[in-house]
Amino acid sequence: MASTIAGARTTAHRRSTLHEIRRNIWPYIFISPFFILFIIFGLFPYLYAFYLSFNEWDGISEMRWVGLDNYRMLLTDDLWWKSLYNSIWLMLVTGINLVIALVLAFMLNSGFVRFKEAYRTAYFTPIVASSVAVAMIFGGMFGLRYGLLNYFLSLIGLGPVDWLGSALWIKPAIALVVIWRYFGWNTVIYLAGLQSIPLDLYDAAKVDGARWKDIFFHITLPLLRPTITFTVILSIIGGLQLFEEPLMLAGGTSSSSPGGTDRAGLTVMVNLYANAFVYVQFGYAAAMSVALFVVIIIFSFLYHRLLGKNLT
Amino acid sequence: MATMTSRRAERDKAQSSGRDRVFGPLGTMLMYLALTAMAVVAAFPFYWMLIASTHRSYTILNLPPPLLPGEALLQNYNELMAGLPFWRNMFNSLYVGTLSTVLVLFFCSLGGYGFSKFQFPGRDQLFALMLATMMIPGILGIIPSFMLMKWLGWLNTYLPLIVPGAASAFGIFWMRQYIDSAIPSDLMDAARIDGAHEFRIYWQVVLPVITPALAALAIMTFMGSWNSFFWPLVILKDAEKYTLPVALASLQNLYGQEEGVRTLGATIAILPVMIVFLMSARRFMAGLTAGAVKGG
Repeated sequence: MASTIAGARTTAHRRSTLHEIRRNIWPYIFISPFFILFIIFGLFPYLYAFYLSFNEWDGISEMRWVGLDNYRMLLTDDLWWKSLYNSIWLMLVTGINLVIALVLAFMLNSGFVRFKEAYRTAYFTPIVASSVAVAMIFGGMFGLRYGLLNYFLSLIGLGPVDWLGSALWIKPAIALVVIWRYFGWNTVIYLAGLQSIPLDLYDAAKVDGARWKDIFFHITLPLLRPTITFTVILSIIGGLQLFEEPLMLAGGTSSSSPGGTDRAGLTVMVNLYANAFVYVQFGYAAAMSVALFVVIIIFSFLYHRLLGKNLT
Repeated sequence: MATMTSRRAERDKAQSSGRDRVFGPLGTMLMYLALTAMAVVAAFPFYWMLIASTHRSYTILNLPPPLLPGEALLQNYNELMAGLPFWRNMFNSLYVGTLSTVLVLFFCSLGGYGFSKFQFPGRDQLFALMLATMMIPGILGIIPSFMLMKWLGWLNTYLPLIVPGAASAFGIFWMRQYIDSAIPSDLMDAARIDGAHEFRIYWQVVLPVITPALAALAIMTFMGSWNSFFWPLVILKDAEKYTLPVALASLQNLYGQEEGVRTLGATIAILPVMIVFLMSARRFMAGLTAGAVKGG
């Protein structure tokens, strides 16, 4: 008896849900393209990557189930650990661009800066340019004996630095290009966030005799926290997936040893690209992508746990 | 928004009289120095790029390096054209970028409108789900996506560069934020009372009002497509079909030694989007910040 009532209730409920959907058919149609495309070209590949990472496959012959072999291989693959180390190094160091951006945005937003628009536009230009083209231009500027950068360094009595040829300097060189590329983008994002902070707050602080330090640490930083979290997460995701700059600066697309001298410029993405599309080891490369995915999650989570909450 | 701007302007004026109150006169000077230095840092590589593309390696490598244009532009250009179907590559980029942008504008404004102006069961959950997908690193799906494209017979075509991103989560989010604040719901109600079809309301009432947001989204989408590298590198096989960044990367192998030719290639790839950006910078930036403010 009770079950019949419950059954009737679910049927009625189901019918009313269907009815609701039919009554609201238009918005469902309007939003459906995203979900259809995501299921086919997003969700399916994401899930399949996990499956593929338990297989060995060269793209032509039969796929072969190998269980955890790919992951076992990862654990003992020196090149994998090196590329992971390089990627984490680059992610942490290129994070400097967020600090630069925060300071620039704070200065630009302080109310009385002239040519604000011009500064903002200038800072934004690097992100507009193709990263491959940018890497090529910087590649020339990084030249050992005749590069522009070493020439400038020699003017102040430094160098020459073997930017692209030495294991020591290739990562800083890549980091320089990445920082150059993204600081303006983040400045604009921070500026947008700062504009939603009511001006009265600054005025009140100034009336109270606050100096820039007080304003920066007690008004700007706390109120900008959601924006900062957003940019940090994006730069963790982006920093661990660097590809164009390390590929172009350390060898190019047809290099037999991507990453350059001692593989010091080999990032996980470049390593993965080589494994998948040069050595055609799809299963192993899929295991790499899953591992990198986990690393990205760990870092995002760590940030959230350690800094995201108690920045004030 | 307009009142906000004028209020801000008033304050700017009021503050400029007491400009050194917060930073002090020395601090203000240092601030301008830092702001200007960073602007120079951002712009200088572009200047160098223009200069280097008019030189041959042996003059680029002079000490001190040349800071004024040289005479080798034509020679570099001829060598560039001999090595690559460069204008074809540029056309490919233009083609992919334009198609992607048109589709993104259509599907994202439609989706943003659906999320913004309708009440329906599961709306908020679906919206949250869509936002969550933006946080998944793209790397995870790259190999299965490649296999999928192979299975579909889409390798070495432009479909993989256009179709999967045609309704981006970011674009829908962006459009919803704008439509939320730019369109009063009465506008649609009035049209509905007149008996207009839902799609016609979108097309004739909503679209014309949201052109500023569409323009900003168009610029972002086009730039993203124009500069994208990893995916086209994996998908496109023939030099004839390469988009510009892939062609440029192959240039590195062809002319590793001749910096002038390489730089000229990079310059031609950068200049069109840079010019469009600089011409629309003021409105584009305003659009960007407006969207973010409303998002916050």
